[in-house]
Amino acid sequence: MAGVAVSTTINGDNFEYLCQPDETLLDVLRDRLGLTGAKEGCGTGDCGACSIILDDRLVCSCLVLGAEAEGRRVETVEGMAHGDRLHPLQQKFLEHAALQCGICTPGFLIAAKDLLAKNPDPTEEEIRFGLAGNLCRCTGYDKIVRAVQDAASVMKGA
Amino acid sequence: MNFDPRYSGRNFTSVGTRPIRPDGVDKVTGRARYGADFNMAGQLVGRVLRSPHAHATIRKIDTSKAEKLPGVKAVITAADLPDLTDGDAAMYDILDNCMARKKALYDGHAVAAVAAVDARIARQALKLIEVDYEVLPHVTDVDEAMKHTAPLLNDAIFTEGLEEKPVKPSNVTKRTQYGHGDIHEGFGQADFVVERSFKTEQTHQGYIEPHACVANVSSDGTADLWVCTQGHFVYRQHCAQLLGMEASKLRVTSSEIGGGFGGKTHVWAEPVALALSRKAGRPVKLVMTRDEVFRASGPTSATSIDVKIGARKDGTITAAEATLRYSCGPYAGMWAEIGAMTAFACYRLENVKTVGYEVLVNRPKTAAYRAPSAPMAAFAVESAIDELAKEIDMDPVEFRIRNAAQEGTRSSYGPVYGPIGIGPTLEAAKNHPHMKAPLGKNQGRGMACGFWFNFGGQTCTDLNIGMDGSVSLAVGTVDVGGSRASLSLVAAEELGIAYEQVKAVVADTSSLGYNDMTDGSRGTFSSSMATISAARNAIKVLRERAAQMWDISVDDVAWEQGHAVAKGEKHGNLGKLSLKEIAAESGKTGGPIAGHSELVADGAGVSFATHICDIEVDPETGATKVLRYTVVQDAGKAVHPTYVEGQYQGGAAQGIGWALNEEYIYGKDGRLQNAGFLDYRIPVCSDLPMIDTQILEIPNPNHPYGVRGVGETSIVPPLAAIANAVSNAAGVRMTHIPMSPPRILAAIEAERAG
Repeated sequence: MAGVAVSTTINGDNFEYLCQPDETLLDVLRDRLGLTGAKEGCGTGDCGACSIILDDRLVCSCLVLGAEAEGRRVETVEGMAHGDRLHPLQQKFLEHAALQCGICTPGFLIAAKDLLAKNPDPTEEEIRFGLAGNLCRCTGYDKIVRAVQDAASVMKGA
Repeated sequence: MNFDPRYSGRNFTSVGTRPIRPDGVDKVTGRARYGADFNMAGQLVGRVLRSPHAHATIRKIDTSKAEKLPGVKAVITAADLPDLTDGDAAMYDILDNCMARKKALYDGHAVAAVAAVDARIARQALKLIEVDYEVLPHVTDVDEAMKHTAPLLNDAIFTEGLEEKPVKPSNVTKRTQYGHGDIHEGFGQADFVVERSFKTEQTHQGYIEPHACVANVSSDGTADLWVCTQGHFVYRQHCAQLLGMEASKLRVTSSEIGGGFGGKTHVWAEPVALALSRKAGRPVKLVMTRDEVFRASGPTSATSIDVKIGARKDGTITAAEATLRYSCGPYAGMWAEIGAMTAFACYRLENVKTVGYEVLVNRPKTAAYRAPSAPMAAFAVESAIDELAKEIDMDPVEFRIRNAAQEGTRSSYGPVYGPIGIGPTLEAAKNHPHMKAPLGKNQGRGMACGFWFNFGGQTCTDLNIGMDGSVSLAVGTVDVGGSRASLSLVAAEELGIAYEQVKAVVADTSSLGYNDMTDGSRGTFSSSMATISAARNAIKVLRERAAQMWDISVDDVAWEQGHAVAKGEKHGNLGKLSLKEIAAESGKTGGPIAGHSELVADGAGVSFATHICDIEVDPETGATKVLRYTVVQDAGKAVHPTYVEGQYQGGAAQGIGWALNEEYIYGKDGRLQNAGFLDYRIPVCSDLPMIDTQILEIPNPNHPYGVRGVGETSIVPPLAAIANAVSNAAGVRMTHIPMSPPRILAAIEAERAG
């Protein structure tokens, strides 16, 4: 199969790559570009561990083809911190111990960033439904919800 | 030096604080490397061909077409994994589970594997492998499998543990029995007797990270394995034995682990990846799909349990009996036995008897799942306890308090308890505001208790002090949920230095002595004991070096708050030497300063919890909502309380999923119908409320700081607590887990119909 040439923007940087027509964006990120922050938990869009933001829209990168990134903007967990300054969500996830094993954390951070961009002052229920596409098996979600609440209040004050 | 592990009361400086974990930043920035995040130059992609049949004889496997496909570098079958187990039946079962030898024993059983230059070619190659199956009758239900008419999985198995050796083979591999006293006499004294049968369906640990490894076998016979595992030393032993290698020639590095909960204590793909790499002469990366994780890796047992409990009018239990049947998958296990041991462990009983039956079925090999076997037994027993309390017209908490085990009680499984937390967790639950909160229409409250043994095991730890006074702690227990933070706190506590001065890592199998895996809630318990021992050995060296620097006797040097202090009036002018100052001079005083520890961490204190929950049931649909949930559990000593809370909350959430939703659904053809997160639905954020926690600290006398394992007990009470809440809300006793809406609705309608 002939490769597809793709030109795209990832975390603000220009990228060009060749990928197969049937290759997912998740596989491109992980296997071709070395961006392994997004994880494959299911490959069927059920777990959210591969969450990324594509042109301001939260998507599962396992359900997007690598070729579809042509001309678009991709945001992954690797782009959340500015240098050594963590994003408030990253900082609050650490402070609240909102991760145990941490495999779901990149997806939750991206999903929470998208949630707060659209709703800067969510209720607990809005957070719970906003993050319902991301599975965590370790925490019972309690500390994740608290971390997002805390980050929201910090970001409002900023 | 002899290490005294006994508890000695002390005031803590670091232990009990809540610092940020040392591996945290890497995990929130995407830099942490998990099983599938590692790659080697020239690596191939491994894929496994799995049986579509629940039970079939493998007549022949033709791999010739697959081998000819360009890009395919190796194809293996069981013939490439010869039997080197030398009569070790348990290892033979592991080998057969990794790659079916004569029969495929469940839907998903591996039968062949390929390594190719990319995933697409590997997938194509699987399609070219021709397997000639003779499909056999199968059985997936635990009760059906016990019948004499059931298809036999293994005609060489004759039930062990019977008075007379059976003459016919059976799917029941073993009968075990625990207890003491005379239950017939006990039931004779009872004014009330409750007798009920229960069923629980099979669930999966549901870790979000699928199994993943990279294997690299060199032509000189050495090998490296990068893998997500709960126990890299155990993986090394098993892989080395199955592949005929010396253990020291196989270096296993544990990646960050994306959840395990018992499911990553067993090898599946790793020996296959090593065999592929050996044959191809190149590194092989093997990552399971989610479908494979469900079909072929570690589910827990499905169970069928009968319980009978009798009590006097005054609320004293006079006798308790349980018969427990646990599915093991196609290989012998000791799952029912663990259930039989834990079933009545919360109670002080004169007369108790439990019998366990291990049952073979055409399902994946049962693996440990967080306090394995205990939640199902607790579901049955704690449901019957609630029902009995109602019959006696006693408050269910009071009834449990009256019968709770205490220090000195002979447990139902044999040993006599030391200081334990069942009574205190019940008292705390009784006094918790949750217990007094009002309930609305269609809402019910339930509570239940749970027990888990905890485990200690073999542990080896190194503590190395750098010349700048910073401390490297190398442990061999995989960090599944924050233990590097806890162990750094312990090292800081013992040495009298700041938490930030310590950096804990998980060492690979070539860098440290053998460690048992992180199971049995042992990670923090055992490695903290070993860390304390290693730190005390390092302090001995630090004192010797300070004595040398001062030119005085080491007997005159004490270690206080991170400093060597010269004792006695004659040394009054010597002041103090900090760890940093001693370390800076180490090159001149005898070289590097380190403390090592090798020990068997005996005396893991047993653990108890009491949970309370409120559930609302929609009587029209059978749908449920968890309104409020509270966990009370004894931690012995909470080293990092935030991560202890996390263990309580996580176990409760898994228990909630098990109680209300999760189950393996098999078709009549013996194939798994719901091998994905869409149809096997684990709790999502919007399913759950905040999970309140209360940590009790009843010191474990067998640990210097009083620590007990905390990881597993939290999954034991939820099935029963939720069943009691649903039963109270719906007005009908629920006896089948999960309590999915159709099951609840059917129970309500049956009750209405009378």
